Amino acid sequence: MAAVPIEIPGPKIKRQRLLDRSFQLTTTVAAVFVLILLAGIIISLFVGGWDALRTFGFGFLGSDEWNPVTEQFGALVPIYGTLVSSFIALVIAVPIGFGIALFLTEVSPHWLRRPIGTAVELLAAIPSIIYGMWGLFLFAPVMANHVQPWLQEAFGDWAIIGALFEGVPLGIGMLPAGIILGIMIIPFITAIMRDVFLTTPKFLKESAYAMGATTWEVVWNVVLPYTRIGAVGGIFLGLGRALGETMAVTFVIGNTHRLSTSLFAPGNSIASTLANEFTEAVGDMHTSSLIALGLVLFLITFIVLTLAKLLLMSLERQRGAKS
Amino acid sequence: MDWRYFRRRATNVFNLTGSVLATLFGLSWLFWILWTTFAYGVSAFDWSIFTQNTPAPGNDGGLANAIVGSVIMVSFATLIGTPIGILAGTYLAEYGRTRPIASVIRFLNDILLSAPSIIVGLFVYELIVLRVGHFSAWAGAVALAIIMLPVVIRTTEEMLRLVPNTLREAALALGAPHWKMITLVAYRAALSGVITGILLAVARIAGETAPLLFTALNNQFWSTNLSQPMANLPVVIFQFAMSPYESWHALAWAGSLLITLSVLALSIIARTLLRKARMEYS
Repeated sequence: MAAVPIEIPGPKIKRQRLLDRSFQLTTTVAAVFVLILLAGIIISLFVGGWDALRTFGFGFLGSDEWNPVTEQFGALVPIYGTLVSSFIALVIAVPIGFGIALFLTEVSPHWLRRPIGTAVELLAAIPSIIYGMWGLFLFAPVMANHVQPWLQEAFGDWAIIGALFEGVPLGIGMLPAGIILGIMIIPFITAIMRDVFLTTPKFLKESAYAMGATTWEVVWNVVLPYTRIGAVGGIFLGLGRALGETMAVTFVIGNTHRLSTSLFAPGNSIASTLANEFTEAVGDMHTSSLIALGLVLFLITFIVLTLAKLLLMSLERQRGAKS
Repeated sequence: MDWRYFRRRATNVFNLTGSVLATLFGLSWLFWILWTTFAYGVSAFDWSIFTQNTPAPGNDGGLANAIVGSVIMVSFATLIGTPIGILAGTYLAEYGRTRPIASVIRFLNDILLSAPSIIVGLFVYELIVLRVGHFSAWAGAVALAIIMLPVVIRTTEEMLRLVPNTLREAALALGAPHWKMITLVAYRAALSGVITGILLAVARIAGETAPLLFTALNNQFWSTNLSQPMANLPVVIFQFAMSPYESWHALAWAGSLLITLSVLALSIIARTLLRKARMEYS
């Protein structure tokens, strides 16, 4: 038998190898582009906000002054507004999101799960500007005429809680903005909670049922402890969305640079300040301060979203280790 | 029935009822918002919105320039964002897989997916508007492309991963080079899923307002020049809704109806396709 000659790659094979390499390189460049994009965003915000950060230093975060005339700027009022409105959103969206996830995984008949799940997801598909218009023209009057007077009557005399509901019921302000944000993040929290609830191993749930546990006891004592990390991850994801939401908030928060303990008072969030003032900013310091504000928002959401991802990933790992 | 048993049953019924109420609560907002948009939108709707441009304060007019502007910017954003997104998704699914760099990119892409869109507006303002010296439709399209990118990357990767490895191995065993295996076999198998991702991304950017405020701005007149500011539905709706004029409010509602209808149609189609694509392989 004659020895098989070693084949030297012909021009065709060489060409294919070259094409292979260039295709791989192209996809790699596209993927690395994501890293460049993120770095570019952070750097450009730093560069744009540098003047303000250098002039005001850490005082930028603690000052409640926002005066384009004297060129004194501080981020406290918008940061406060962002945090408070997002907190109100969580107070509403966490129990509701949990309730819907519970309904979709345990209570609802099977044929109803998909339509209701899709309907809840549609809440996330509606553009935020639609929420804004609806909030301004429909929701705000209802708040001003019915909900806020009722809240004042019910809680107005209470020691500390009463202060939250002081002032004229305008229908716009921190509370309406927070409620609308809450509605907007319900679908995100619901989707994650439903998905993680579904990962609970069947045998765990069935064992509990076999011991005579009720549906609620199974959810509270088996499903929730098993998926706790993921559920918290979902809450953080919703929080991340709420912090950066712009248009809906801009319509209803009132856009006023003033600190107030009352949730009825108009306020401002970082995103709504940017949306309102950026194109009309007078002077470089004003623009720079607004960009610095954007940097603060980006860093806050970055941290919150990173936490959310890490929590969700650790649930996955935990599941991988157990199964 | 003993007391403790009764209490456990009562807690159960109480909490499960709560979950039903929570669902009704969540859905009632959806119906209220949709109903409002339809009721106000339909009553403000007039065919002249497609033929006339946005009016001066207090006058009658249409939304023709804004509709065209939105279509132009969303189209260019799709042209920019889709190829980059598909290629990046290909890297994650076919080459990167479990490499550390791929995990980092995947992680940061997910964060970019949920990052505030107004920040992207600021970034593009710094990057393009400031350099060029004026607002432009190009800047708007780039901002929208950046927002759609993470969506396309994510769905492309997910869909490519659903393609069974046996298909890849069969192609490679026949002597096909890697790039042919990916473009002729893997892409073809994942096609409907990848298209779904693009539809979802378009639905996401169609209603985006915040990033356009600092990039494309607005234009009261008819313009198809991409290097000039361009009218677009979301910003026009924002401006008109915040104004004190009744005729502007009506146009804003008509615009809202258009946007809501197209976004809902896109996302329902995309979701249906996505479910089909997922079922095909699982």
